[in-house]
Amino acid sequence: MLKVQSLRKVYDGHGRQVEALRDITFSVNPGEFVCVVGPSGCGKTTLLRLLGGLISPTSGTVIVEDRPVSGPPDGLAIVFQEYGRSLMPWLRVRENVELPLKAKGLPKAERAALVQESLAAVGLADAATAYPWQLSGGMQQRVAIARAIAFQPRVLLMDEPFAAVDAQTRADLEDLVRSVWQRFGMTMLFVTHDIDESVYLAERVIILSSSPTIVLEDLTIDLPAQRDQLETRSSPRFVELRHHVYEQVQKAKTRSAVTPVG
Amino acid sequence: MKAVITALRRVVALLALPVILLLVWWFASADSRTPAMPPLKRILGVLPDTWFGERLTGDVLPSLIRLTEGYLAALVIGIVAGVAIGSSRPVRLFVEPVLEFLRAIPPPALVPILFLIAGIGDTTKVLVIIAGCVWPILLNTVEGVRGVDPVLVDTCRTYRVSGLLRLRTFVLRSASPQIVTGARQALSVGIILMVISELKASTDGLGYTFEQFQTRFQYPQMWSGVLILGLIGVVLSLLFRFVESRVLAWHRGLRAAERTSL
Repeated sequence: MLKVQSLRKVYDGHGRQVEALRDITFSVNPGEFVCVVGPSGCGKTTLLRLLGGLISPTSGTVIVEDRPVSGPPDGLAIVFQEYGRSLMPWLRVRENVELPLKAKGLPKAERAALVQESLAAVGLADAATAYPWQLSGGMQQRVAIARAIAFQPRVLLMDEPFAAVDAQTRADLEDLVRSVWQRFGMTMLFVTHDIDESVYLAERVIILSSSPTIVLEDLTIDLPAQRDQLETRSSPRFVELRHHVYEQVQKAKTRSAVTPVG
Repeated sequence: MKAVITALRRVVALLALPVILLLVWWFASADSRTPAMPPLKRILGVLPDTWFGERLTGDVLPSLIRLTEGYLAALVIGIVAGVAIGSSRPVRLFVEPVLEFLRAIPPPALVPILFLIAGIGDTTKVLVIIAGCVWPILLNTVEGVRGVDPVLVDTCRTYRVSGLLRLRTFVLRSASPQIVTGARQALSVGIILMVISELKASTDGLGYTFEQFQTRFQYPQMWSGVLILGLIGVVLSLLFRFVESRVLAWHRGLRAAERTSL
């Protein structure tokens, strides 16, 4: 479903070259839930933007649904970290969720049904006529998720969506994302810096090194499919896996310093 | 009851300064012998006869009609050109020097040239108004279009929102606060140019009436014209505020929410 091969991205600006990604290779199978985790500044967001077709690689390939990516691919939705800025403040919640469907050219009745269904799926059925700035941060992110769901994407990318949200809201949103994934079955790639979150959510965790960034490990999470904030997070296997990921990320942080490029 | 008192308070606060200034004027000018500065009592005395008779439809109305025509034309030209220029960096760089050159020419200086090109009829007067009003609108539209949020740009790219839908629902609405700022500036400029365009080679209008009173030394009437013009400015400004409050209701709500959340 998703495949990156020897992916490399160098940013060139103001006379400085920054190598965001050195050599990234991994793949994601259809319907899988994969988390990408790594130390701060390792290029996780760059990786997501490459997958989403918002930027193009310096070298290497990005393939989504067996087609090379050259611009935002069909059937792919992104939930951005800055939820406040990804919703249009002059549109009501319902209109925000509806906009991509309008762009798709769907008829009015179908749009209304999808909007209603997706808002209900995130628990915001009553907020349809509110403006985004009238809602709390957690609710705004739910609207962004609802918009992604209504789009009926085959691939859903999420870029540290809960980084700017308080811990309790984050726990609710994590469970929401898993339930949405189980209900709609899209392929999920979830980028995060939160190690606990990555282990809790994913079927596989891809651990990135620090700059120059490569894939350190592709770890399978063999936790049960039904997960619970209280029970799962205190289970011995969770603790083991978390410990392992944390260890890897710590090792990644203390690895050799950045080698200058060019 | 409380609402009535609050409303009354507001009206008093709004009218307090104008009333005070009028009273000061009244008493300061009461014994005036200078022909050019007649007592306010006389000015107010001639006001109804001067303005509420034939002049209302014969001079005030034509002036306001020309102002409306010029202003609306400037809005259309300014917004269309502003969007075109603001959306494309190459176009902007190409056009900017010429724009800076043209906007620096004071419209009154153009009046004789426009007389030569377009004659001495209504068209020229409207052209003068357009020549002055278009600049604040155009330049503010360019800035508004340039300043759209990059997160929203990415959102539109990802969800394939493009073309007319993108222009209507994203670009124009995002730039609307800035465009409205330009439109407000243009209104002030328009009122001034409306009068200036009628000072020479004119057969009707507020400016024409001013000239007439001045050359015939009819100072009380001339001063009454000043008052009328001021009142027209206030009324148009209130009208503008009303329209603005509808168009930018979301913007006020957004700013209020941002302020309280800090």
